[in-house]
Amino acid sequence: MEKVMRLASEKGVVIFTKSSCCLCYAVNILFQELGIRPMVHEIDQDPEGRDMEKALLRLGCTAPVPAVFIGGKLMGSTNEIMSLHLSGSLTQLLKPYQSRS
Amino acid sequence: MDIYEPLQQVSMWGDSFKVEGGLNSIASPMLLVNTTTSMENKSEYIPHEPSEPSEVNQETTNKDVSKVLRRLAQNREAARKSRLRKKAYVQQLETSRLKLMQLELEIGRARKQGMCTDNALDTTFMGSPETINPGIVAFEIEYGNWVDENHRRNEELRNVFQANASEVQLGQVVQNVLNHYTDLFRLKAEAAKADVLYLISGVWKPSVERLFLWIGGARPSQLLNLIVPQLDPLTEQQLASIKKLHLSSQQAEDALSQGLEKLQQSLVQDMAVDPFSATNHGFQMAIAIRKFEALESFVSQADHLRRETLIYMSRILSTHQAARGLIALGEYFHRLRTLGSRWTSRPCDSVISPRITP
Repeated sequence: MEKVMRLASEKGVVIFTKSSCCLCYAVNILFQELGIRPMVHEIDQDPEGRDMEKALLRLGCTAPVPAVFIGGKLMGSTNEIMSLHLSGSLTQLLKPYQSRS
Repeated sequence: MDIYEPLQQVSMWGDSFKVEGGLNSIASPMLLVNTTTSMENKSEYIPHEPSEPSEVNQETTNKDVSKVLRRLAQNREAARKSRLRKKAYVQQLETSRLKLMQLELEIGRARKQGMCTDNALDTTFMGSPETINPGIVAFEIEYGNWVDENHRRNEELRNVFQANASEVQLGQVVQNVLNHYTDLFRLKAEAAKADVLYLISGVWKPSVERLFLWIGGARPSQLLNLIVPQLDPLTEQQLASIKKLHLSSQQAEDALSQGLEKLQQSLVQDMAVDPFSATNHGFQMAIAIRKFEALESFVSQADHLRRETLIYMSRILSTHQAARGLIALGEYFHRLRTLGSRWTSRPCDSVISPRITP
């Protein structure tokens, strides 16, 4: 759990994924379209991956991956991110972290 | 209940049993029971002249009573047997019905295809007749019902809209239509569990709608494109919000499309193994099948987008505008459907002049 929380605060936008998960890839693509370069942690490549998965579920994430943290706070999985984006809230949340290019 | 009602019901069962030869064997003993019972009853009523008034009256009364009791018992027995046979018949019907629906749908498709091409009957959608996917058969039936109900609700919305009803009333009917779209997504989720490949192929949709297929349904941004032009006048703020919603849904669609493409590519890689290698293909297949299951989550996300787009759109709009938008949406799909049936029933070969009707 500490590892998850520590990693989650390392950068403005952090996504926990699995290398085989294409939905995680889709969420990553969405963030890049919004001018964000999230930090991606593939928990299936992490020796503590199982524990991290359990921790993410315990934190209330509907699916263990993708698990999106913004500003160290858990936003949710694909469903929640998509809803946030359609409602316009996601762009607001991401403003401080957008790269200026 | 009149004591003669069971007899009437039983004879009705007799009539319906005459439909198929196989069922007559069940029916006939019961009909025999019927006729003997009714014959006995009829013979009861042949009036006979009493020889001596008082004695015969007492005798006939006793005889009458026992005859009535016997008749009642026979009726009860006949009714009981009827109920048991009805139960067995209904159970038989349920299984046959599913099979019949599946076969009818296959024949319908084969006719439409067979008229214009020489394609062999493609049974891969539902599997061979021996392997019914009950989840898919059920979905096809439920989807048909959904389409009819959707049409009905849109008609209701149109009527309430044109009748200048109160905002509250209109709002309720708008919500009614929105809820019904949610019902469709729930149906689709069940079908995805039964066979996601079937659902994502869109084969269950009318052919014209399939042109615009995106992950098992319509594009959310396309839904907005259908609704918005119907909605003059919109305030500046509404226009801005709709523009943002349109952009967000497009971005979300792009992301899902790219994720799906990645999944497809990885499937191709799994399947395109070196034919001369000694790798365990069963293992490859098992991985591929897991990826089909991943498809389920993509369809789920696509439907989630569709639903949320409709809901957020209705929040941006006034009740009046939302009603107009939904009416336009329903009308559009209704027209697509009509166009689709005209297309499938068109004459295929104009050289052969008489029109081939199925």
